[in-house]
Amino acid sequence: MSLLTDTTGAHPSQPAAGTRPRGPRESRLSVAVATGFLVVIAVYMLLPVFWLIVSATKSQGDLVDSFGLWFSDFHLTDNLRALFARQEGVYLPWLLNSLLYAGAGAAVGTLLSAMAGYALAKYRFRGRELLFSVVLGGVLVPATALALPLFLLFAKFGATNTFWSVFLPSIVSPFGVYLSRIFAAASVPDELLEAARIDGSGELRTFFTMSLRLMSPAMVTIFLFQFVVIWNNFLLPLVMLQDDRLYPVTLGLFTWQSQVSRDPSLQILSLTGSLVSVVPIVITFLVLQRYWKAGLAAGAVKS
Amino acid sequence: MTADHTAATAVTAVPAAPQATTAPRPAPPPPRRRNPAPLLFLLPFFVPFVLFTLVPVGYAFYQSLLRTERTGGTFGRKTTVFAGFGQYAEVLGDPEFLGSAGRVLLFGLVQIPVMLLLALVLALLLDSTVARLKRFFRIAYFVPYGIPGVIAALMWAFLYDPRLSPIVELLDRAGAQPDFLGSSMILWSIGNIVTWTYTGYNMLIIYAALQAVPADIYEAARMDGASEAKIAWRIKVPILRPALILTGVFSIIGTLQLFTEPQVLRSISTSVTSTYTPNLAAYSLASSNNYHEAAAMSVTLALATFVLSFGFLKLTGRKAES
Repeated sequence: MSLLTDTTGAHPSQPAAGTRPRGPRESRLSVAVATGFLVVIAVYMLLPVFWLIVSATKSQGDLVDSFGLWFSDFHLTDNLRALFARQEGVYLPWLLNSLLYAGAGAAVGTLLSAMAGYALAKYRFRGRELLFSVVLGGVLVPATALALPLFLLFAKFGATNTFWSVFLPSIVSPFGVYLSRIFAAASVPDELLEAARIDGSGELRTFFTMSLRLMSPAMVTIFLFQFVVIWNNFLLPLVMLQDDRLYPVTLGLFTWQSQVSRDPSLQILSLTGSLVSVVPIVITFLVLQRYWKAGLAAGAVKS
Repeated sequence: MTADHTAATAVTAVPAAPQATTAPRPAPPPPRRRNPAPLLFLLPFFVPFVLFTLVPVGYAFYQSLLRTERTGGTFGRKTTVFAGFGQYAEVLGDPEFLGSAGRVLLFGLVQIPVMLLLALVLALLLDSTVARLKRFFRIAYFVPYGIPGVIAALMWAFLYDPRLSPIVELLDRAGAQPDFLGSSMILWSIGNIVTWTYTGYNMLIIYAALQAVPADIYEAARMDGASEAKIAWRIKVPILRPALILTGVFSIIGTLQLFTEPQVLRSISTSVTSTYTPNLAAYSLASSNNYHEAAAMSVTLALATFVLSFGFLKLTGRKAES
């Protein structure tokens, strides 16, 4: 019976590896072949990360001279000190900028998307479908195609090279509106809205005290999507910003990397910096993984 | 630049969803007259949406119709004149741009099938009864997606660099002498970075779709004596069709927008030119102050993205019917 029902495999307590076939259909051979393949791919996926961790503990000299996939003398603390001291300590602002652009941008963007998606799902008004189509059109506009005209427009108002020139365009998430509409339609029952209206609750109050709570799992998903999109956005800060104090960490590390030929010590610093910037994100991802799955399922299954 | 779009473009593949959400509505809310609530909810989104999406798109199109001309020689006065679709003729006749477009098309034709096939196989394996340690593998495959494109490209740049790379070192010792940064391989080196980053993400979409299938379908098939492989191929893959189309459209859009990886690799490889991909070409043009042609290039690229994603949807949609 366990063979038929246990398809999720989410049992960390299970004993490791293919020592114990679970049913008559699974030959030891097919378990071994499957596991072998999964292991090979896992090595492919994790090896660069392992290499990054190993490299960040090395001195610049050992980075070049020692074998890349194993540790040599431990220099991680020196590297970290150098990383945060470089260019009057510009690295920490980079990290904070990234958090601010992505964190605050995604938070605001999620709230705006949730409100708009909720309105599109729960109210009937003229032009609703037209508005929704326009939003869908917005989803299709590639962010890279937007970066150049946005730069020209911001330049007209003398607003390039500011925090806002990167932040404001990031709060717009048509994809978030699309997801919100699906989620609001599924998770906020009309009967409940009716009851709230009969009880005399205003539309805004109903939304903020009740609907928003019902939609909260969906909003975590939208927040994460949006967070990654902003965190990964490279072209927009690249065209907008000249002042390196405003850079997100990705752009900062990119500029270090492109100066390596002039200053080789930047090599180890960009590696250590990459590791430091990636660790919190990867951890957040792993912790919030189940929300991702929920969101991905909603995006992929409905059709 | 792939990441920005993968998440942001799911809609194309699921055009049925909006109708699906509105159709089963047994008790619609009472149609109030002039209820201001929807407007209150919509404005906070639509004001920035108009300012930072619709206006820029319109502005790019407007800019693309203009041309800067110098009257009186190279150092003469600059004037902006209306050029109609002249800039587009320029873009479409530019061998560098066409070369970059051909390059990303070739890239997509090879990289997308490889990546999606790998993602499909992994998802099917993790959903099957033969795999062990499923939770660990699922997490391991998703880790690269958590790493920003710039950082992923930086990491792989080191792993390709013959002076630093342990991988090149090992391959050298084994007798192979790969030149990952050379002009013949660099495109596939970029392809490897993209595959590494997005396979796990695509796998998770496919896997999530698999989880939504009621288990009794498989049970019935097993009762009828179907093998696991047969169940995967005959039942699961057809069910996964919408998820595969979705990931396919994601990938097409991401490929056409390729920017981050080649831009990062440019700093260590001379094989990546300033017009290596269409997006790089547009960026280079804008950097050299030729905004009008850069705008025409961006609009052309956006249109090509539309045409190819819809073409793909039509193609896969028609096959489903026949």
